[in-house]
Amino acid sequence: MKKSESILDTARTLDAMDPDLVIVRHAVAGVPKRIADVLDAPVVNAGDGAHEHPTQALLDMLTVRQVKERLEGLTVTIVGDILHSRVARSNIHGFLKMGAEVRIAAPPPMIPVGVESLGVKVFTSVRDALSGADVVMALRIQHERLTGSYVPSIREYSTTFGINRAKLHYAKDDVIVMHPGPVNRGVELSHELTDDRPSVILDQVRNGVAIRMAVLYLFSGRKSQSGRGEAA
Amino acid sequence: MSRILVRGGRILDPTTNRDESGDVLIEGGVIAAVGEGLDARGAEIIDAEGGWIAPGFFDMHTHLREPGQEYKEDIASGGRSAVAGGFTSVACMANTHPVNDDPATTGFILDRGRHESPARIYPIAAATRGLAGETVTEMSALAEAGAVAFSDDGRTIQDGGVMRHVLEYSKLVDGLVIVHAEDCSLVGAGVMNEGPVSTRLGLPGNPSIAEDVLVMRDLMLAELTGARLHVAHVSSGVSVAAIRNAKERGVSVTAEVSPHHLTLTDEAAIGYDTNTKVAPPLRSAADVAACREGLVDGTLDAIATDHAPHALHEKDLDFVEAPPGLLGFETALPVVLDLVRNGEITPLELVRRLSTNPARILNRPGGDLAVGSPADLVIVDPERSWLYDPAKGYSKSRNSPWAGQMMQGRAIATIVGGRLVYHVDKGVLVP
Repeated sequence: MKKSESILDTARTLDAMDPDLVIVRHAVAGVPKRIADVLDAPVVNAGDGAHEHPTQALLDMLTVRQVKERLEGLTVTIVGDILHSRVARSNIHGFLKMGAEVRIAAPPPMIPVGVESLGVKVFTSVRDALSGADVVMALRIQHERLTGSYVPSIREYSTTFGINRAKLHYAKDDVIVMHPGPVNRGVELSHELTDDRPSVILDQVRNGVAIRMAVLYLFSGRKSQSGRGEAA
Repeated sequence: MSRILVRGGRILDPTTNRDESGDVLIEGGVIAAVGEGLDARGAEIIDAEGGWIAPGFFDMHTHLREPGQEYKEDIASGGRSAVAGGFTSVACMANTHPVNDDPATTGFILDRGRHESPARIYPIAAATRGLAGETVTEMSALAEAGAVAFSDDGRTIQDGGVMRHVLEYSKLVDGLVIVHAEDCSLVGAGVMNEGPVSTRLGLPGNPSIAEDVLVMRDLMLAELTGARLHVAHVSSGVSVAAIRNAKERGVSVTAEVSPHHLTLTDEAAIGYDTNTKVAPPLRSAADVAACREGLVDGTLDAIATDHAPHALHEKDLDFVEAPPGLLGFETALPVVLDLVRNGEITPLELVRRLSTNPARILNRPGGDLAVGSPADLVIVDPERSWLYDPAKGYSKSRNSPWAGQMMQGRAIATIVGGRLVYHVDKGVLVP
């Protein structure tokens, strides 16, 4: 969608093609929901602003379960720009729903106001946030956030919030490291963590294919049954 | 001119604290008598049985979009919508195209108001030229032309030095300066109230401190300069407290609150309905409670709608791009009657905030039922239930968060200058 494009017109245009399924990604939160309100076909949210990225959370949970054989009772620590991250929000909802403890750690300007109301524990110390963690998820930091007033510099960010082997010592011995990609090497994750175990980044990518195939399979042909579309 | 007898209602006149049943007789455009069993010979009778008879409401904060954006609203449609909501007087903001920053535009708006609108129209002129926040407008010429106040409204003057000069200069004409208090640097990219709801929805937050900082700056500047400051649409509890404190210190400040900030919270944005996007944004339940308390204790003097029409295609954009603002006239009364039903405020005190106080703040006629005063009246049925459909209303636009909802309470008839301009069964009658 371009700037100043009517949401209703977009939805109607899509509807006129009689789609079985519509996948929407948009820079602004809420657009998939509003399109789903109008469309008959199911709508899959492929990421909207800083709101949700549901298939990313599903593939992340699948990846963790493959390694840990459970989600319930695990401690998952998400590190980075929570404020602008839809990946963080979807994972917070997903892992909490599955019975895990979710912690977030970020420079204070990147912690959304009232985020504890989602059920997470909030940390500004990576050491405390990683203590006893089963899973560490580093978020991609957008370059423009590093040049604004959120954090002073890449160097300072990578020193304080970048995940490396030294910091991982605070976590459990069998901790795994995740990242939604693409990684800013040496910023969110050190080189060695990006490439080798305990990193499961390439498993995440592989599971992304499976999860999205499953979503397409489950929602295709749902149009006549479900009537109004639903945002998944 | 004809005689009209408004018969058998609960008469509410805040200026005399009168709250008793009776009739109002209108002759020659003014109130001729108020009392029981008035002589009705030759008069048109308007039945107010079971309702309230009150001075017409005075909306001191609206956007009528003319000149320049007549596809959203114009002075005729806005005036019709106003009287359908019980408003007999309306002050309109200066963010038109061209901006109302010169006497010719002020004169144009007044002229259109006189000829096209059933409600009285009072233009508010810009405080700085072109709303650019740099050069003070020609306030003496604008006041001479009929401007009732000065404001850059949503284009808030960010430069404290300029605001100081605006306030100082306004004293030349004993003008009122109205501030829409938001510090742009703290608003940032925010499009709704910052808090747990914006965090959950993933929309950029606009913190209440952006309002509080500007309110406090301007209260201090008003104290320094001795100028008359009016704070528009207060939405934050901290700002309510700051204004209360300033009034106690004797600062020359008044304030208004909108029906939406008295009744809706940021949770209204769940679902991403852009008709809930407004500036300042709908805030937390605690802020709403503080605004209600401020209205009741008199910290917030007036209720003003900030009626802000936008076309369907403008509101049908994503939540970031859609313009802020919502319709106010036809829903204001039933929405604020919630405070009466809750026992928070008496009908008389509510009318004081809808009618008397805004007229006094702008120093215009209205707001009373004294014999000899212009016959600007509203008859209210506080119980009447009705379904609000903006498409059936008088505004050219439909952007209302209350669309499709059942409302309780309605203006039954509106009289301006002794003329019946609206009756609920007949619609708007003139012009």
